[in-house]
This record gives sequence, C-alpha cells and structure tokens, in this order.
Amino acid sequence: MTVRDFQQAFDEKIDREIAIEPRDWMPDNYRKTLIRQISQHAHSEIVGMLPEGNWITRAPSLRRKAVLLAKVQDEAGHGLYLYSAAETLGITRDEMYEQLHTGKAKYSSIFNYPTTSWADMGAIGWLVDGAAIMNQVALCRTSYGPYARAMVRICKEESFHQRQGYEILLQMSKGTEIQRKMVQESINRWWWPSLMMFGPSDDNSPNTEQSMRWRVKRFTNDELRQRFVDVTVEQCNILGMKLPDPALKWNEERGHYDFGEINWEEFWNVVNGNGPCNKERLDARTKAWEDGQWVRDAALAYSEKRKERSKKETKAA
Amino acid sequence: MPEQNSNKNEWPLWEVFIRSKAGLDHKHAGSLHAIDAQMAIENARDVYTRRMEGVSIWVVESKHVHASDPDSSGAMFDPASDKIYRHPTFYDLPDELTHM
Repeated sequence: MTVRDFQQAFDEKIDREIAIEPRDWMPDNYRKTLIRQISQHAHSEIVGMLPEGNWITRAPSLRRKAVLLAKVQDEAGHGLYLYSAAETLGITRDEMYEQLHTGKAKYSSIFNYPTTSWADMGAIGWLVDGAAIMNQVALCRTSYGPYARAMVRICKEESFHQRQGYEILLQMSKGTEIQRKMVQESINRWWWPSLMMFGPSDDNSPNTEQSMRWRVKRFTNDELRQRFVDVTVEQCNILGMKLPDPALKWNEERGHYDFGEINWEEFWNVVNGNGPCNKERLDARTKAWEDGQWVRDAALAYSEKRKERSKKETKAA
Repeated sequence: MPEQNSNKNEWPLWEVFIRSKAGLDHKHAGSLHAIDAQMAIENARDVYTRRMEGVSIWVVESKHVHASDPDSSGAMFDPASDKIYRHPTFYDLPDELTHM
C-alpha cells in the first residue's frame, strides 16, 4: 500500500467511527496532535494535585481530609492513565517529564492560581472539576482508542470530585456570615479562570477544525463553554450565591445564557508563564522529581541485585 | 501494543490485566512502569483498583506481548467471513420449533 492508500483507509475509519489503535497507520500530524493533547492533559492532572495538596494538612475535619486525600490520589491516577495512553504513540514517560520540567509542555492554566482559603477546595471541585468533566465526557468518544478508554475511566471517577466540592460550598453557605463570604469570594476568584479552561474562543483556535475533522475533539471550545455556563448558573442559585458576571442573562431566543467577555489578556498571560503560581508549580514538580531520584536508583539497584541472586541460585541448583 | 523508545533509566513498561470478580476473565486495564513484577502488581493495585475494580491482577512486561499486524488484519481474519453456516441463524427451521 502507498501512503495515499493508508491515508484513505485512515480517513474511512474516522468517517465510520472506527477507533484508531496504537499500531494502526496514522498521519504524522494526528500522532503529534494527540501526543501534545494527551501529555498536556496528563501534566494537568499531575500539576493539579498541587493547589489541593496545599490544604490536606489543614482540612477542617477528618472526613474532609480523607476525601481530599482520595481526590488527590485520583488525580495522580488520572495522570498515570493518560501518560500511558500517550506512550502508546511512541513518546517515552521520561521525555514527557522532561518537557514538563523544562517548561516546554503546557498544562491547564487553572492550576497556576493560588488556593487561598478552604472554600477554594469547594470551588475547585465544583467549578474546575465541573469544567474538566464537561470536556472529558466529550473526549470519551475521541477517535484514538487508548485516549478514549482512559477518559471513560477518568469520567467515572471525576463525578465524586465535583460532588464533594459542591458539598463543601453547600455546607459553608448554610453557615455563618463569614463562611458565606468565603464562599462568594472563592466563586468570584474561580469563575472566570474556570471559563478559560475551555481554551481560546473558536475564532482564535486554529487547531480546532483539524481536530474536529479527526474526531479528536467532538465539540468546539465555545460549545463546551456555553454548556458549562448553562448548567452552572442553576447550581449557583441553589447555593444562594452569585456568579461574578453582570452580563450573565438568560437569552430566550438562543435558549442559552449570555455571558460577559473573558479577559483574554489574562488568559494568554497565564498560558505564557506569567500567572500567579506558574514558577511555584514547576519548581514543586521539578523538586519532587529530583528528590525522588534516589528512590528510582535504589529500586533499580534492588532489582539488579535480585536478578543476580536468582541467576546464582539457578546455577547452584 | 505500546511501542517504546528504549530508554536505559526508565523502568520497564508492564501491561495490566484485572479480573473484576471471581468467575470472570482477566481483562486488559492499561499499562504502567515498574522495576519488577512485584512492584508492577502493587502499582497496578494503586492505579487501577482504587474502587474495588478487581479481585485478581496479572501483569506482563509489554515487550513479551506479541500482536497481530493491524495492516494485514483483512487477510488474517478473512477466512471466517464466508462461513456463515457456523452461526445458528444460518439454518432454516420452522417457527413452531422451540428451545433449540
């Protein structure tokens, strides 16, 4: 078969909704796009542990602490599912780590914001995980098999993340005046960055068209963002809180909520490394990797020793 | 099968298979890195069974898995497609006939 035949077979599979698997022929750019997207996604899960890790030691009760630990452990697991999925495309784990640690690879900008109060644990679960779920549910049907399977697993686990976050806010919103104020301030801080999680608007997202053609993406950034706004408004009302957007208004004609303009300058600033915590996050990751070197060395040495020993025993026997 | 660039310091890649409950077969769950089989099983427990998804785990180093070639799957699986008489619905039997 010629490259053109391979390309044609690939296009047909995509059109017929047949999943692409690791050893199938795929266009170079499809592979590259997926490696970029899946590894960014994995990095986001891993870096995403940091803002919440900040509160594990200060969770207000044992219940909250156990829940937060379980959630952070899930994020680590999600990172690992995704790294494995990316590895099926021919990039190594170490290469991906290096891209993260040298700042070459991006991760979701949301994790470059600080978590300054306990209410932020609630807002992150509700809004940040809520936005992530909106994205991830759509990706369960992405065309690359290992990515789709990882997404299915992740989505099953994410639901508790959002519910536990909402529960934190719900409980605080029934509390004292100070607690209610903490909730509102936290929502004010996290609302706009959560909307930014869906990425640039469609007319500024050059990769969207090709990704839609390849069925890597199923919906555009703006479609998913709108869907998120529509479901979140009602949830906010139940909390008795306000979303910080004076332009937010039901549009009968569109059947959707209208909302205000995102501050894209802030978005690009954080993407390009100038957010409040970009440096801190990368430093923490790099430090964890370097501090763990002796563990990796020791495990390697131990396995070598065991191999040697079992060789000797076989000889002796 | 994941195609790995060889990397000296990277721990080997393992494929993980999980039996979700007694009576069912082990099913591929995903892959992970570990230094040896024991660590692979322990890591698999932490990564793939945090919510009681399994009662038994198999791991096998990815390099030991041999797979058919997807590009020749047409020829590979073709012999089965023209033998529909292997399926019970091929046979014309009266409607009155039940429990068969």
